[in-house]
Amino acid sequence: MNKPKIALYWCASCGGCEEAQVDLAEKILDLVNLVDIVFWPVAMDYKIEDVEKLPDGSITASFINGGIRLSEHEYVVKLLRKKSKLVVAYGACSAWGGVPGLANLYSREEILKYVYHEAPTVENPQKIQPQLKIKAEEGTTLELPEVLPRLLPLDLVVDVDYYIPGCPPTPEVTWKAIETLLSGNLPAKGSVLGALDKSLCYECPLNETKPEKVLIKDIKRPHEVIADPSKCLLTQGLMCLGPVTRGGCSALCIKAAMPCTGCFGPLNEVMDYGGKAASYFASIVDYSDEEEIKKVLGKILDPMGIFYRYSLPASRLRGKITVTRR
Amino acid sequence: MSQNFEPKIIAFLCNWCSYAALDLAGTSRMKYPPNFLVIRVMCSGRVDPQFILEAFRRGADGVLVAGCHPGDCHYIEGNIKTLRRMTLLKRMLEEFGIEKERFRLEWISAAEADKFVKVANEMFEKIKSLGPLKLKEVNTHE
Repeated sequence: MNKPKIALYWCASCGGCEEAQVDLAEKILDLVNLVDIVFWPVAMDYKIEDVEKLPDGSITASFINGGIRLSEHEYVVKLLRKKSKLVVAYGACSAWGGVPGLANLYSREEILKYVYHEAPTVENPQKIQPQLKIKAEEGTTLELPEVLPRLLPLDLVVDVDYYIPGCPPTPEVTWKAIETLLSGNLPAKGSVLGALDKSLCYECPLNETKPEKVLIKDIKRPHEVIADPSKCLLTQGLMCLGPVTRGGCSALCIKAAMPCTGCFGPLNEVMDYGGKAASYFASIVDYSDEEEIKKVLGKILDPMGIFYRYSLPASRLRGKITVTRR
Repeated sequence: MSQNFEPKIIAFLCNWCSYAALDLAGTSRMKYPPNFLVIRVMCSGRVDPQFILEAFRRGADGVLVAGCHPGDCHYIEGNIKTLRRMTLLKRMLEEFGIEKERFRLEWISAAEADKFVKVANEMFEKIKSLGPLKLKEVNTHE
């Protein structure tokens, strides 16, 4: 019997998405019974050349995690797009850029300068910086992929059919998404698989303790307070992004008394997650006086890092406006 | 180049105060730059920060949000919510690399046609001297 073929690939990511795939645990055995994995750099020894040899459209689905930051990423995802019937953005980085996407607040040149010359932990008296091509002593030419001017979410590079959210997607979400894809009963293109269409509050165990109208007098960072795990974290002044974040994660962080940081991304109607999250959070600050408001909101030291933690490259402005794509 | 530059400024004006002020400025034959594209909203509290980001993305060189004075909101505290939201948004716009003069929040009552004209002139002059928004290609499939 011809089993459906799937490919898994990583771009600019931390490896947590692979960890999550492996965390399917014994279900991964069910998975290999159902499908053939034809490409999975982290776990199997297939090379890009093997993918190049496959007929176009012969892979049923490619699961791609990580944002597009290198010319190599761009090449491989375009190749996988050509070879696959479905392309699935797996995880927050692939869907909206993720944490590495915050680098879009700086130009490539600024980043390389800092990383290779200016960071306090760097000692580089010869001012060595990686080159795209270099002649080795033996006379061979060595090549490195190019760092692109900025990080892009997958759907700005290739056509994406489905999204699986999370940083990383939980094994439950992953499995639900795989079941949906294998069922043959495919949802509309662009759908988010494996998660809810409602916000995290909907499935949050602390929802009962959330007052009808949440108002806060002070903002606290997680290390400044020992949170009461039985009471809505927002009412304790913690910046929980649950109200503006897609549910489906089973409120894992909340169950550990940590506020939601928004890794399941925006709900369907939202066009700019950070703008929406900042809007929500600012509006519940319970002061009318401008100075008081400024003072409380001033406790958010890094608003971009908080509200765009997972989605800067997918935001309306994509990052700092002076940073080019090409 | 900068001499010929005509800024495009989006103005979100609340129905009950600031839009009425604009109306009054018109009926009083006051003059203000024609560069303001006005979007009337029922309350400044309707203006989601997303709208402002979208305006800049689609080529606005400046954005003005104006509502009733604090305490005078037709919906009691809609403008206070605006104040909270825009206070935070201003910081974020700077991190996006948008000069702070390009975004302005003002309270303009229905009687303050002169204030509207003053704000409009100031904003126009300032943005004209800044030049067009330096937004590089945003790249999208939309």
